[in-house]
Amino acid sequence: MLTLGLDIGSLTAKGVLFDNGSIVEKHLIQVGYNSKNAADKLMEELLAKASVTSSDIKKVIATGYGRNSIDFADKSVSEIICHGKGIHFLLPDIRTIIDIGGQDSKVILLDEKGTVVNFVMNDKCAAGTGRFLDVMARAMETEIQHFGELSLKGKNPSKISSVCTVFAESEIISLVAKGENREDITSGIHLSIARRIVSMVKRVGLVTPVAMSGGVALNIGVIDALQKLLKTTVKTTPLAQYGGALGAALLAQEID
Amino acid sequence: MAGRLKATKKMKRIMRNYYMEAKYSKYLGKKVAWITSGGPVEPLIAMGVIPVYPENHGAMIGASKMGGRLSEYAEGLGYSQDVCSYVKDDITSSITKESPIKGGLPEPDMLICSNNICGTVLKWYEIQARKFNVPLFIYDTPFVHTEFTDEARDYVNEQTKEYIRFLEKTLGKKFNYKKMNLVGKRSLHAMKLWKEVLNTAAHKPSPMTAFDAFFHLALIVTLRGKKIVITYYQSLLKELQERNKQNIGAVDNEKYRLLWDNLPIWFRMRWLSEKFASHNAALVADTYTQAWCGVIDYIDENDFLGTMGEAYTRIHLNVGVDQMADTIKGFILQYDVDGLVMHSNRSCKPYSFGQYDIQNLIKEMDIPVLMIESDMTDDRKFAESQVEARIDAFMEVIKQKRKEKSEG
Repeated sequence: MLTLGLDIGSLTAKGVLFDNGSIVEKHLIQVGYNSKNAADKLMEELLAKASVTSSDIKKVIATGYGRNSIDFADKSVSEIICHGKGIHFLLPDIRTIIDIGGQDSKVILLDEKGTVVNFVMNDKCAAGTGRFLDVMARAMETEIQHFGELSLKGKNPSKISSVCTVFAESEIISLVAKGENREDITSGIHLSIARRIVSMVKRVGLVTPVAMSGGVALNIGVIDALQKLLKTTVKTTPLAQYGGALGAALLAQEID
Repeated sequence: MAGRLKATKKMKRIMRNYYMEAKYSKYLGKKVAWITSGGPVEPLIAMGVIPVYPENHGAMIGASKMGGRLSEYAEGLGYSQDVCSYVKDDITSSITKESPIKGGLPEPDMLICSNNICGTVLKWYEIQARKFNVPLFIYDTPFVHTEFTDEARDYVNEQTKEYIRFLEKTLGKKFNYKKMNLVGKRSLHAMKLWKEVLNTAAHKPSPMTAFDAFFHLALIVTLRGKKIVITYYQSLLKELQERNKQNIGAVDNEKYRLLWDNLPIWFRMRWLSEKFASHNAALVADTYTQAWCGVIDYIDENDFLGTMGEAYTRIHLNVGVDQMADTIKGFILQYDVDGLVMHSNRSCKPYSFGQYDIQNLIKEMDIPVLMIESDMTDDRKFAESQVEARIDAFMEVIKQKRKEKSEG
């Protein structure tokens, strides 16, 4: 049965087509301001890529912030359950999932069978979210893709004490003025977000092995900082960004 | 659908009459005292003083969605964003007279403040005592970290005597011990009835939700010691028992039962109640409304004045987190709940501080816990889509857990 999982986040929209125990096709686009339009566009491009028509798809599940705006979905499910499902499929032994999203960061605890037993999300502040990294990369005039690599070159990470995204930006301006180098500041930025995430991990209680889901998992700097602070390996997969959409497609397989 | 409780109408009438009496107190030859929600009100009732609660007024301001605006005004006067929104609502309303009650609260002739609910009330009442130029009595309750000592008992009992002297001096008449005896008995009776009302929610399905409790709470807060409170809760109790007899649940097709911690988010009551109901979840109990019947065991009905000091000192917000966690564990078992929803309330520090510790202390109960960040009246501190995402995820975890359990 061909199923579709859609993860409409605050920044990116992801789609995964699933059939016969494996991923048929996947696709990602930027959301823009209208999540409904983004979903339509994503769907259209994904279908073309996979050379299937919408009538071939038997069930659709939507997740992410835009989940309720997808009128053609059979069901909407929260990201927590979807990321849990998706990562368990890709990395079956994982017990703790860290997902840093555009507006939300979450730490999800799974049992041996991959069932979500607990989760914690960031409080109302954007400090520990993907948006923080976006803003900081811009402040450092670095492409987000290279931001993580740059941080690895830092020898003495700068101290970023502000937990507020807006204030941290001005803190960085003063660090630059003081002459601290880009690598060290970038390294400090990554440690700062990792510290926020680690306190969430501690709240649910760390159970290894740990993996990262979501787009920020592609940032080697965040992975590195998390590993240093958690003192354990943080696994990831090239498909991390599709964790939520994949989980949704898998859950769609279970709809009667 | 069960629909609204019939008693609701009666309650609204009682509250309207109460505020009318307070507004026209001067023409009735009565004095008005502003008092904190956890303050010892019974001696006031015994002396014929009308108690008025700025916190109850704050709840009304919140429910009327005026909290953000009133807080903003107070911030313009220099009060910090971090100051309790009840304080800011009250300070603004006493200046601008903006209020769901026409013209705002009646001005006080005296202020009665007990710090058993928080430390903020001290400064709040000092500010208002200066503004209105009226006498202020502070009933200081030592924090019960682990146990209530004999020294603490002597300390609060001495203040009860001082309180009586304060009232005699301010009102210019002798304290009425005979009336006090009756008021004390009625107050205890009302608390016991309130407890019975809340206990009906242990039934499956629950005949009421915490949202009902938040509403019907107003009487036990404002007028305990008066006869009308007893007759009102008797009729409410009867209605709830009747629902239980017929298995009528407040939430259609109740499948999941939840416990709420902290004050309500007054301006989002309906939204939250519908959101949870859409998951077939009922918030069957809460720690907040239970606070008005949690100290029954410490009161001697034949010696109310001599025992109220201990009772007022031992309330939920004036005890250590270990005891708070024990109370929550008790509710989890009594109401057989599937999850705990904690409102991390920007306004109420004593209630919100320690919530993570409580989560750790109740881990053995093995129920999911949801944290909602907001404020009791300040609607600027509520992010709908974020809260919605958290509630949906929380409910899915609960549903999954139930499914696993049933599949063994």
